[in-house]
Amino acid sequence: MYDFNALYEANTLQEALELKATYPHALLLAGGSDILIKLRDGKYTGCDLISIYTLDELRGVELLDDGTIVIKPLTSFTDVAQNPILLKYVPTLCEAVEQIGAPQVRNIGTIGGNICNGVTSADSATTLKAYDAMLVIESQKGKRILPYLEFNLGPGKVDLKEDEILTAITISKESYNATYGHYIKYAKRKAMDIATLGCSVNVTLSGDKSKIERLRIAFGVAAPIPVRGINTEKETQGHPVNAELLNLIRERVLDDVTPRDSWRASKEFRLHLIQELAVRATREAIIKGGGSIDD
Amino acid sequence: MTKKSIKCRVNGVNREYFVDVRSSLMDLLRGPAGLDSIKHGCDVGECGACTVLINGRPFNSCIYLAVWAEGKEIVTLEGVTNPDGSLSDIQQAFVDEGAVQCGICTPGFIMASIPIINQETPSTREEIRRQISGNLCRCTGYQKIVDAIEKTQKKRIAEKKKG
Ligand code: FES
Ligand code: FES
Repeated sequence: MYDFNALYEANTLQEALELKATYPHALLLAGGSDILIKLRDGKYTGCDLISIYTLDELRGVELLDDGTIVIKPLTSFTDVAQNPILLKYVPTLCEAVEQIGAPQVRNIGTIGGNICNGVTSADSATTLKAYDAMLVIESQKGKRILPYLEFNLGPGKVDLKEDEILTAITISKESYNATYGHYIKYAKRKAMDIATLGCSVNVTLSGDKSKIERLRIAFGVAAPIPVRGINTEKETQGHPVNAELLNLIRERVLDDVTPRDSWRASKEFRLHLIQELAVRATREAIIKGGGSIDD
Repeated sequence: MTKKSIKCRVNGVNREYFVDVRSSLMDLLRGPAGLDSIKHGCDVGECGACTVLINGRPFNSCIYLAVWAEGKEIVTLEGVTNPDGSLSDIQQAFVDEGAVQCGICTPGFIMASIPIINQETPSTREEIRRQISGNLCRCTGYQKIVDAIEKTQKKRIAEKKKG
């Protein structure tokens, strides 16, 4: 038996928004693999819950006419990993969520739950940030659209008001078109582990594959929230695809991150991982994009 | 305390239960459903001892609300055993390969292995390990568990080919 107080079950999105407006303090239960475990730990004893897990209208992936990919927040990691639209256009996201937990965890865990938790280690977060995902957030009062880059306010804190629910994650065609990515998760165990560091890179190469047209890089656990490597991105724009590019990345990424010591790894080791993973992920992304590079 | 009635299919039979909404699926299955193959291990989704299939996929029943079972198809180890009570091929393989020592992890491992042994194409040992990575065993060292799953998968694929 879980020791929560009340359970409100939403049967439609409309009902969920109503419930959230009526019980703003209640926790929203997506798949529960975070909240139910914390309940066992006594962290939320006596809380009220609003379950949206059974809302199939918030599940699935769609491709709009203009090429925008819409990922509904309750899509499980298993379904994200196997989705034909995502496998075709953003396979890096599929590869990233494949590295979460174990089959049981990927079956219950949802992509929306993962990012609304606001933890820096979320495996889906780095790649979604690297692809400039947008978030659709709704309340009874209306809808707003926010770049995912602005969503994390601090460790475990996200820009969701008490009456709001995340209803879609979108990636524009401009963002994934002719773009190739790679995600590397560094963890101590092969499964059921939280990233010591995560790095997601994607590149758009010039027609002759000799130059970087756009490079985007994001890190998990390199700062209190998942972050983009803004400095690195600026300096690599238009850069020839060569060994110098990798050296530049190795140097510049240090200006983009603020890792800390934790029981998983020291700050120094994390800085080393940040440099190394950034270079390796970039090299893989370039190769997937048809470029060649040696260092 | 709020109670609710839940209708679902358990091991192929339509059932209706009246449960406290605070119950986990494990509470429901080990309690009112009387299915004690589901083992109460860590309670927090780490060990896989409570694994059951929900609509064909493995889930940890300890971190799943009982009310979410409404309308779902649930299979536990009791539903894997042959209807006459004899051991199914995967259970027999666990016995034959020596994949069972204390046995507390066994039902969870067998449930996690069902999607693997039903695959059309053979898995590598590495793939099998990945698919049972949500299950812990403190006794066997895993080799024999992988042996049992690999052997059953091969056997089933060969049987399908024969038709
Ligand atoms: S008892 Fe459910 S995973 Fe351990
Ligand atoms: S046989 Fe004892 S835990 Fe697996």
